[in-house]
Amino acid sequence: MSDLTLTAKSLTSEHRRRRRIVNWAMEGLATLAALAAVALLVIVVGSVAKRGAGALDLDFFTKTPSFLGFGEQKSGIANAIVGTFIIVGLAVLMALPAGVLAAIYLNEFAPKRVASALTVAFDVLNGVPAIVIGIFVFVFLVAGHGQSGIKGAFALAILMLPLVTRSTQEVLALVPNAVREASLALGAPRWRTTLNVVVPMAVGGIITGATLATARVAGETAPLLFTSSLAGNTVSWNPSDPLASIPFFIFTSAEQADPSLQEQAWGAALVLITFVLVASIIARAFGLRSRRRLTGGR
Amino acid sequence: MSYVSTDMQESTEPRTEESSQEGLRRSIDPSQVGAERPSSRELARETVFQIQNLTAYYGKAPAISDVSFDIYGKTITAIIGPSGCGKSTFIRCLNRMNDVIPSFRSDGKILFHDVDLQGKDVDPVSVRRRIGMVFQRPNPFPKSIFDNVAYGLRILGMKDNLRDRVEHALKRAALWDEVNNRLKDSALALSGGQQQRLCIARAIAIEPDVILLDEPASSLDPIATASIEDLMHELKQDYTIVIVTHNMQQAARVANMTAFFSISGGEDGSRHGVLVEYDDTEKIFTNPSEKRTEDYVTGRFG
Repeated sequence: MSDLTLTAKSLTSEHRRRRRIVNWAMEGLATLAALAAVALLVIVVGSVAKRGAGALDLDFFTKTPSFLGFGEQKSGIANAIVGTFIIVGLAVLMALPAGVLAAIYLNEFAPKRVASALTVAFDVLNGVPAIVIGIFVFVFLVAGHGQSGIKGAFALAILMLPLVTRSTQEVLALVPNAVREASLALGAPRWRTTLNVVVPMAVGGIITGATLATARVAGETAPLLFTSSLAGNTVSWNPSDPLASIPFFIFTSAEQADPSLQEQAWGAALVLITFVLVASIIARAFGLRSRRRLTGGR
Repeated sequence: MSYVSTDMQESTEPRTEESSQEGLRRSIDPSQVGAERPSSRELARETVFQIQNLTAYYGKAPAISDVSFDIYGKTITAIIGPSGCGKSTFIRCLNRMNDVIPSFRSDGKILFHDVDLQGKDVDPVSVRRRIGMVFQRPNPFPKSIFDNVAYGLRILGMKDNLRDRVEHALKRAALWDEVNNRLKDSALALSGGQQQRLCIARAIAIEPDVILLDEPASSLDPIATASIEDLMHELKQDYTIVIVTHNMQQAARVANMTAFFSISGGEDGSRHGVLVEYDDTEKIFTNPSEKRTEDYVTGRFG
């Protein structure tokens, strides 16, 4: 007890100086770590922009690669852009409904034990490396049947599923129980309560999670390596053909000796980063809107 | 200290000339209790709920034990008692709201118009459609004022004259004058008292037989509380109302019948809620039969 006695000495002792130094040091370290993360982002985006900006022009977006011309002829990545949008779009179509429904089941219907067991399962799936999922799809769908965009989309959808499910689950858990009870007390069955009250309240957050998951898988290369890499150099809209994709274009072009192709790889990287950045900003906007809905604009 | 002040009652009661019950409640004078006036029990036209040996459990421990009493139609029944005595557990049994809680189960019977509410063929959804509920904290949906009231109507397919039904419910809940020019605005922009009246409007829009109120004024200021209490007197003419409150003045002001719950310890050291006394409100507050009731209403306990 005597240590805690308040004396004039304890108020002015050298401990106070030490505390201030420790406090200052800790605050400094934390700030530094935060700044380092931001600095990394700036360096990555900056260097990609610096090296890739030169490749960007109208041709880059509208023409297809021509490896024959050896740099003399301007070429572009139109086929990769189209391919990525088709593959990622199909992946979203597969993973979004499945993921949202799974989250609804886990959060609204499943008994507690089942829910926590399945949540762990989704976390494990989330931790499976992308290349393993690529090989899995290769073994079961591609080997003997050939590659296609839709198989690539399936591989990406497997990656997306746990991301969508877990983020949706988190948003659904934010919906206050009082609102569910209000709906049930009015004689609404459970599924209508979920459909008419819970999901509308959470929709902004669900879209945020889905958008971030989309941005995340749009840059995946490994799953496409086995499933949709043998694409032609022309624009194809047919998902049952192997489709070109931006990540795979970066992967192959960056290894080429031709400096103009390397510049194109940087350009494609810039396009991809911009896509992810824009998607994240959109996701943020939806997230804000959703939070305002949940708190009544206050 | 006496919780039943005649002044307080006069100031908050609606000035409507009504049945003799109203007059009864208005002037609670200990010397008159036991006189030859009829009790609410005798005036009751019908018995709506018959609760028989109800024991409700969350998990293994009973929250309330062996509760039996009748709730009468077109009257206001107050459930009072200290925190943890199972008031909310009890009222949530009446519309099977406890079904939502996985660990909940109950023994005994609750007959609603002679039908066993816990019967196997009874659908909790249709139970809740006939027995509405208003919760402790206002819980409007993050939708417009109109859509909040229309929600139950749409769910139940009562879509004819939707506008009229919404207007009628809002008028019954004494909210129409305040919101009729902004029905499209978010319900979350309303004040707490308005939100609670909106929740009442939402509950009565689907025309239930019974309205359960679980401490409806506990998060409201005195003015909003007074308006909710006025509203209850209004609604009593058409609905059977059961209100849980830990505010004894409120029970004394609004209720015809009062049930006093308290906490009892079991032999094994467990604690659970029990019904101590159920009688006319004035009897409970002026001349209770049980010592525990007297201790509680006079402030010596709880």
